[in-house]
Amino acid sequence: MGTRTAIVGVGQTHHTSKRKDVNGQELISEAVKRALQDAALELKDIDAIVIGNMDHFEAINNVDCWSIDGSGAFMKPIMKVTTGGSTGGTLGSCAYYHVASGLFDVVMAIGWEKNSESDTQAAISTCADPIVERDFFGGAIGPNAAEYAMYMEQFGATQEDAALVAVRDHNNALRNPHAHLRKFITVEDVMKSPVLCWPIKLLDSCPRSDGACAVIYASETTAPKITPNPAWVHATAVSHDYVYFGDYDWEMMPTLRTTVDRVYGRAGITDPLKDVDVMELYLPFSTCGVVWMDHMHMCSLGDAPKLIRKGVFDMNGELPINPSGGVLSTNPIGATGLIRLGEAALQVMGRAGERQVGDVRTALATAFGSCYWFEATVLRSTKP
Amino acid sequence: MERVAVVGIGQTKYEKGKTKNFAELSYEATRKALDDAGIELSDIDNVVTTTNDFFDGRTIACMAVAEAAGSYGRDATNVEGDGTLSAFYGLMRTLSGVYGTTMVSAHCKVSEGSPRKIVNQAFDPIYDRLLGMDAISSSALQARAYMQRFGITEEQCARVSVKNHGNARNNPYAHVPLDITVDDVMRSPMLAEPIKRLDTSPISDGACAIILATEERARRAARKPVWIRGVAHCADAYRLGERDLAWSQPLETAARKAYRMAGISHPSREIDVAEVYDAFSYMELMWYEGLGFCDRGEGGRLIDSGVTQMGGKLPVNPSGGVLSAHSVQVAGLARIAEAVLQLRGEAGKRQVPGARVALAHGTGGICAQTHCVWVLSN
Repeated sequence: MGTRTAIVGVGQTHHTSKRKDVNGQELISEAVKRALQDAALELKDIDAIVIGNMDHFEAINNVDCWSIDGSGAFMKPIMKVTTGGSTGGTLGSCAYYHVASGLFDVVMAIGWEKNSESDTQAAISTCADPIVERDFFGGAIGPNAAEYAMYMEQFGATQEDAALVAVRDHNNALRNPHAHLRKFITVEDVMKSPVLCWPIKLLDSCPRSDGACAVIYASETTAPKITPNPAWVHATAVSHDYVYFGDYDWEMMPTLRTTVDRVYGRAGITDPLKDVDVMELYLPFSTCGVVWMDHMHMCSLGDAPKLIRKGVFDMNGELPINPSGGVLSTNPIGATGLIRLGEAALQVMGRAGERQVGDVRTALATAFGSCYWFEATVLRSTKP
Repeated sequence: MERVAVVGIGQTKYEKGKTKNFAELSYEATRKALDDAGIELSDIDNVVTTTNDFFDGRTIACMAVAEAAGSYGRDATNVEGDGTLSAFYGLMRTLSGVYGTTMVSAHCKVSEGSPRKIVNQAFDPIYDRLLGMDAISSSALQARAYMQRFGITEEQCARVSVKNHGNARNNPYAHVPLDITVDDVMRSPMLAEPIKRLDTSPISDGACAIILATEERARRAARKPVWIRGVAHCADAYRLGERDLAWSQPLETAARKAYRMAGISHPSREIDVAEVYDAFSYMELMWYEGLGFCDRGEGGRLIDSGVTQMGGKLPVNPSGGVLSAHSVQVAGLARIAEAVLQLRGEAGKRQVPGARVALAHGTGGICAQTHCVWVLSN
């Protein structure tokens, strides 16, 4: 049994499409300072730091070394972890294992990205095998578009069902002062927005943002001294797949299923709709907010549109999803998964401001990226 | 710290121009590690891979190797940096109580990339990068600062090269075994004064894997477990101008912490063999000092005394070190693997007789900005 671990502080930058006012280190520093302030800690209280982003977006090698002026890791242990889009989740897990190992008491995870300095889709395309797949792998959107086209065909879901998810997340963002896109939209707006890759339209899609997020983890002896309401980590898991994209099972999302099965099992969740009070999900496209509900065991296969039409996942629904506005509203890629964890922790700690869901005892955060790699973490207001 | 063991290791031969792809290289090392431990992939609970998107020439480079390292159906993660850090993360995952065994792998095909341009990408994009700085030119500044401060000579640095290339002749995995003299090093072409060709490490392709296990799970492995006694890492400032290039405070800090965990108070007496990250010959002398093998500024005298050669009281880099095989992020993990072989008494012709406590060391960044120190025992 490792050391019980909780999230005790969260800091986010102002997220927007181009942060021309800061360089990378300054962007990181902004999140770090806010996280320290949130936890009422000083840099000297941090025992170790983990940082992550996607190298090819900013073209900086050895980011753990380069970032030190921003991260504050001078004369401290720092390591870099990265797994593509799921990097933020990977960072949270890494900080968790630092503390759970018993080797460190207070650990800070930092995710960041300055997408404005990159050609995001071109960089993503280099993840594909250089000989067999790279020439026709058109960035991140294609596979998810294909996934939803298949789902519509198989289960009779509609583009409007996805649009309902887009409307939910975008309009939730109006309550989140950190969100990048804050604009009221309707289903009609989504349907009329330009098609990017059928059936995914502009308003179904996440933006690219500049931003950073820092989340502080602490051990069971220290966490209660930092905050009266820590968000305890009850389970974290990851699952991935990939040899080649063509080998993937596009209908069953085995990696998402494996991941949630593991965390549900470890955290004793049998019915997510009843056992979880709020979710911050890494939904890069609104379509994922439909299809993936099935695989997260919210309902039987193909029934997700019914729940969405009923508003089950709205702010006042049975299980609010993405009160923050989610990835559709804010997407500094290396930070995106960590923002999910930070937002879920704020909900558990009761510090989510206008976007707070009432009485959150259990929250779930996910991250998604790379080789259909899913990460999931269950946070609770009670100790594991 | 609860007891965690290294129960299996695997290395490929290190050489230039390997034709295997990343996954095949990674598979070779992880398969060897499983065979070495006498366990099956089904006994592995989780996997930590090591990549560098620049050297790998693809983004999310872990996609290319994760499955070959055995990640399918199990938790997996990826570190970007030296293999000693991946192993450190593997250790933490094993200690967390969530996993009983952890596979840690690293691969690199340095010869497929352009190392000078890739290292240049680690410099500040606005202030430093356009100067064309790379590993050799920046390390030359550090070598000169170190030599100037402590009166270290080029011949003393050359002696490291002679020792390690000579030791490499006993290591079947080494890339560049050489029978050379100090004179040969001194006469080799000057690359960036005072660094000459034979003061530098080669461009090597290769992979390495180690398997970590809790005490309970280690009992099921075929090999005698090698125990992790202490580990720590630490980072220096980023900009060269903000650092004391002649003395590595982070190395001393990491070493002291690792020694404290391991209960070591006199490293030069209590450590039987060390594998350190000697990317350039002068570095090994600096690391002697930071690791407490000798006093500050005494690195040159330590190599002169013969203490660190095979047959000396504290042999350093019996494998030939990084000077004889440098697959970048693999190199630190290879130091751990070599330390394990020494502690098992299975290091063949490079065995240090009766080794009971071994040190392994990895570095990261420009002029070894970060250091990770491991103490292992049998």
